Amino acid sequence: MKPLFSIIAYVISLTVTTVGGLAGDLSEAIATIKNVGPEGMGNAEAANSWKVLTQQDSSAILPILSAMKGSSPLAQNWLRSAVEVVFQKQADAHAPLPTDQVKQFLLETKNDPRARKLAFDLLTKISPDTARSLVPGMVDDPSTALRREAVALLIDKGASQMAASDQSGAEKTLQKALDAARDVDQIKKIAGLLRNKLKQPVNLPEHFGFLMYWKIIAPFDNTDHRGFAMVYPPENRIDLDASYPGKNGTVSWRDYSTSDEYGMVDFNRPFDPLKGVTGYAYTEFDSKEDRPAELRLGCKNGWKIWLNGKFVFGRDEYHRGARIDQYQLPVHLEKGKNTILIKLCQDEQHKPWTVEWQFQLRVCDSTGTAILSTDRKPTPTKAATGRRSQRNR
Amino acid sequence: MKRFAVYTLLILPTAAFLRADWLNFRGPSGSGYDSSAENPPTELSEASIAWKTPLPGRGLGSPIIVGDRVLVTAASGPEQKQLHVLCFSTIDGSPLWERSFWATGRTMTQGKTCVAAPTPASDGKRIYALYSSNDLICLNLDGDVVWMRGLTLDYPNASNSLGMASSPIVADDTLVAQIENDSESFAAGFDLLTGINKWKIERPAAANWTSPTLLKIDSRTVVALQSSKGVLGVLPDTGSPVFHFDDGASTIPSSAASGDMLFIPSNGMTAVKVAANGAEPGKIWNESAQRPGVASPILIDGKVYTINSAGVLSCAEAATGKRLWRIRLKGPFSSSPVAGGNGHLYVFSETGVGQCVDLRGKEGKVVSEIELNETILGTPALTRDSVYVRSDETLWRMSAK
Repeated sequence: MKPLFSIIAYVISLTVTTVGGLAGDLSEAIATIKNVGPEGMGNAEAANSWKVLTQQDSSAILPILSAMKGSSPLAQNWLRSAVEVVFQKQADAHAPLPTDQVKQFLLETKNDPRARKLAFDLLTKISPDTARSLVPGMVDDPSTALRREAVALLIDKGASQMAASDQSGAEKTLQKALDAARDVDQIKKIAGLLRNKLKQPVNLPEHFGFLMYWKIIAPFDNTDHRGFAMVYPPENRIDLDASYPGKNGTVSWRDYSTSDEYGMVDFNRPFDPLKGVTGYAYTEFDSKEDRPAELRLGCKNGWKIWLNGKFVFGRDEYHRGARIDQYQLPVHLEKGKNTILIKLCQDEQHKPWTVEWQFQLRVCDSTGTAILSTDRKPTPTKAATGRRSQRNR
Repeated sequence: MKRFAVYTLLILPTAAFLRADWLNFRGPSGSGYDSSAENPPTELSEASIAWKTPLPGRGLGSPIIVGDRVLVTAASGPEQKQLHVLCFSTIDGSPLWERSFWATGRTMTQGKTCVAAPTPASDGKRIYALYSSNDLICLNLDGDVVWMRGLTLDYPNASNSLGMASSPIVADDTLVAQIENDSESFAAGFDLLTGINKWKIERPAAANWTSPTLLKIDSRTVVALQSSKGVLGVLPDTGSPVFHFDDGASTIPSSAASGDMLFIPSNGMTAVKVAANGAEPGKIWNESAQRPGVASPILIDGKVYTINSAGVLSCAEAATGKRLWRIRLKGPFSSSPVAGGNGHLYVFSETGVGQCVDLRGKEGKVVSEIELNETILGTPALTRDSVYVRSDETLWRMSAK
């Protein structure tokens, strides 16, 4: 009896050790991957850990998905590919997959948005009908990728309602879609339907959170791109009553507002199309609270941005194209007044596509949801005269 | 046992001979010509299509072939933020594996190009996939992730709002990539096993879509890095300069190399001979009239071929630049021609017309065409007996029957 008991105890201890060992391997492998750093740091170790992860069975899927929270973008890619390999191996072997757990992970909105979208994709492979049934409930989801699916359904529904001459139903559906939409292509599509087919007003600047009112000053010199690095007075201190020597004479701050529904601030309107020049735009943003946010800029000129006097980012690229949300800059808003200064540099090219001297800026959270200043003024109406600004589409 | 040893000796070289890889943009040395590609089909037609397979999203990087695997990259989803590396069997186009990643850099491009514009490279054991978002991902031939770099994460102003398209290349034991743009512009050599920088050099701050080309000078490999300023030759292991040519060059079509001769799209076309001692390359000839369009020039058996922006294929003597003949092809072309040891050149127009040109006569002659009915912006790849080409949606293999 004693030898048999010893053997059984030994086998049990081996199993516990193995399972515990595997679990330990999994945690250690995940931790190693989460440690990858800049310039290839940690790559060799991560590769070994990736192999450990991809040799696991489906019980590793949830821990790896969970580990994506708080991971760097690179680490998320390592983890994502590991999950997909584990999943595919299990699927190819017709091994059981943790369907319910994947579904629960997806439904828990506190989980990492990308991990949840990945869970949705896995669930779609396991049980497309189950995944599809969850989509309508994702219209306000914190994951923009999941929300996009739900918005797409609403757009289709609205279009069907229009086709069935259910104007009132279509208006409600498409307004709901617009309120939920965060991707530019979907927003534009819905706005087009509401305005053009249903004759409903849409306040795009407010939906996006574009900043429409500015003080601007120009031109300073940017001959040979030297103005980009040159520190002109507004970079040292904002004095809205001051005048300074500019490129073509004395310059001082002036009021500027844009009625462009994508918030385009067009320096060519007040200053005429100039070349080899630099200007500044200043505004104040009142935040309800201390909070993280993003400044999202679209600009094809050289530019720099300061928030509350602190340099955020800059780029000296000219006329390579621009689009909404071209640059997404994580920042922190202070409760109360925040100052935003933009430096906008025009170069000396003369081709037709190099005329624009303009930018558009919006304030939003990381999902693209507009954050509005507590003292936001009404959206300006279209100017009666003046050159129409080039729009970023 | 002796017989077995003899048979093994016979088989092994044959097996090595039969494997015909195309490991990077424009194949051997990045110059577009592979003499070992002796039997790709000269009759391009529906009958020559061995197989075709669908691809996701967008991509214009060339296929690369490593043994019995053909690999391509793609990018899909809103703003092309989903990056893909796809591996198929060369035998029947069946999918072997696919890996997906999120872009860590900016994915904005001009509408014609796309995020999966650079062609991946391989050293025969690993794949190195670069994207316009400056994500650089290394996988082994089974799709295991070996390393990753987010080059815009590391160097935040390394990007181009029009899109980036330069393809990396493996030179000796180093992966060389040009990450050149108007702002934070550099070229780098990466460790093949870890992706860590072996070297990084500042490059002219100007957008540049050309790809590195390899020269052999006194049996040393030298990497030619082209830009609007000209060409800088560097040692792959250290990035140390070997030569520089400063007469300017194009930022779209890349140079072609043969040994120590470099044919540069510079002021039309300029041929230089590079010396081992680092002296300024000797200019052999310049022909301003031979100006490549988007397609890169190609050097075959002592002749240099260019396709201009009007779709005219010109042939010139490599030694003198003297034009020998010109023929009009069906353009326009965004991709570059490639050529095999069978004396034929292969090129695909933007409208999807694949053309095979026989170069062996007194004048080039289009001997066959195929209409693929899809937009083709990427350069084809050749192996011993096949042509591979891709559109956004499809990867084809064409073989001689």
